[in-house]
Amino acid sequence: MGNYYEMLMKDVRFVEGLNSCMNCGICTAICPAAEVYLYDPRVVSNLIQSKDDATIESLLKSETIWYCGQCMSCKTRCPRGNTVGMLIQALRSLSQELGFFTESEKGRQQLYIKRTVGQWILDHGYCLFLKGITTDLHAEQGPVWDWIQENWDDVFDRVGANYQKEGVGILRKIPEEALEEIRSIFEETGGNARFEKIEKFSAQKASEMNLVLDESINNEYVKHIYAETNKNHFYE
Amino acid sequence: MIIDGKKAIWNDYQKEIADDNYFYVRSCVRQNFFPGAETTFLRIMREVLGKNVFEHACHTTCTGIAYHADVLPLETTMTVIARQFSLMKESGYTNLVPSCVTSFGLYTEVLDTWRHFPEVKEKIRQHLFNATGRTFEVPENLAHASDLIFKFKSEILAKAKYRLVDKNTGQPLRVVEHIGCHYSKMFPDKGVGGAEFPRVLSGIAEEWGGEVIDYPERRHCCGFGFRQFLVQANRGYSLSASKKKFESMKPYQPDMIITNCPGCPMFLDRWQYTLNELEGKAYGKNGKGIPVFTFEELAGLVLGYDPWDMGLQMHQIDTEPVLDKMGIEYNPEMKYLGLKGKYIGKPEKATINGIECSTKLG
Repeated sequence: MGNYYEMLMKDVRFVEGLNSCMNCGICTAICPAAEVYLYDPRVVSNLIQSKDDATIESLLKSETIWYCGQCMSCKTRCPRGNTVGMLIQALRSLSQELGFFTESEKGRQQLYIKRTVGQWILDHGYCLFLKGITTDLHAEQGPVWDWIQENWDDVFDRVGANYQKEGVGILRKIPEEALEEIRSIFEETGGNARFEKIEKFSAQKASEMNLVLDESINNEYVKHIYAETNKNHFYE
Repeated sequence: MIIDGKKAIWNDYQKEIADDNYFYVRSCVRQNFFPGAETTFLRIMREVLGKNVFEHACHTTCTGIAYHADVLPLETTMTVIARQFSLMKESGYTNLVPSCVTSFGLYTEVLDTWRHFPEVKEKIRQHLFNATGRTFEVPENLAHASDLIFKFKSEILAKAKYRLVDKNTGQPLRVVEHIGCHYSKMFPDKGVGGAEFPRVLSGIAEEWGGEVIDYPERRHCCGFGFRQFLVQANRGYSLSASKKKFESMKPYQPDMIITNCPGCPMFLDRWQYTLNELEGKAYGKNGKGIPVFTFEELAGLVLGYDPWDMGLQMHQIDTEPVLDKMGIEYNPEMKYLGLKGKYIGKPEKATINGIECSTKLG
């Protein structure tokens, strides 16, 4: 065991997010995730307040901490200014630092997010860089998205974008010196270290599960964590 | 009576919004899905309102989506944000205007955290200097782009060509306003009108002639949920949240949905298509969807901008019912053309827009 409560207290979001929760449950009443998933933010807050190592470790390895959608509605309504959404951020952060995230189906999905959104930031300077992301991965985008993808440059030119060109503007090519600064910030502040941990623990889990994992997003393990649900996460 | 009372209370609950000289930072989501909205915003600010809005070519994402999907440490996000502040400082600006509501919420959160934990701010200052040699100062004024449109709504109305009014009946259009969660749910005093009764969009819609609908799930999240949408296995969460809103607003027969967050209009647009494909449901009139607009597009419409120059052809739900009702002049033949009238084909028609088709959803 590892004094998890003390580790969590080093995260300012945890300090800001928990002020003597009285378990009134108003966070659960307003929570969109609680309506969909087997999730109850009131219980999360209560379990953390136990300060019990075994209890917190079980949370760090659970599906529970990955259900929150980060809308932060809990912040608005809590009569004591608690924010379970911020406690969740601290729990998810620690779960990844300790390698516990691969113990849950939802936690394992972090690798897909790291390899898409995370990598897009380092490569392009944007959280989303969607040219080439087709309706095969995002069927909800509909036939208009197929048309946009097939005619990306023309569609974006028409509405005044500066797609992958020098200068300012929409989806411009962010200068290499700016990207270098972002990469340097990632190295300095632990962003790269976090990415390496996600990769390392995911590789171990892929091996345990006998699923092929290469460096792409087109392999057995990533396809599995992206699309498959084997546990029951929902209310009947 | 109760609604009037709410308006009276929250009309007085305003935030300070700078008058001019803005440092604009773009939105990752808006640039990919509604790029014409940002073009329209800058056109209005500069050409209609005569304001100075500056953009730095070297600004980047704030990392917001990665941050709320929890693949990044807090320190990384804070330092990237400190770099944005540094670019603002070197450009000689003090008023920061993000296009994105997640960014706006994140900038607000970072500034709030630094006020409570000055030692964290100093640590980030050191991180930024170590990584880039840069220094920074925090903004004197932070406002979301929709705050500016709210601030100048009367000036826009004075130059408007159209109103949010049915041209045939003279009745106001019925408007659902959807505020992005991170606009004010975390820090109510940083949003116009607070978190429970925000005025930033309802004030705009009413100023321009519309009637705002108060419906039960008005403040429910659109369902983005960051990881809940990014990963296919989780998307039921996202779809369910939007569906809850559609079911709740449908009885009030809205003409349109307006939004200030870049992600919300995409979800409210695309999930209507999805629900129609999966369940045959339609929440608008005549078996069609409810058109969804960004606040920039709405402003452009009342000012008489060409809808296709603003990118309304990039919406999955056709917007023509609203254009027709307002009496907006447009050329339907130009909708799907590229620059200078270049023919680039058309999207396959979707059932939600009134014409049968086969699609990829089963």
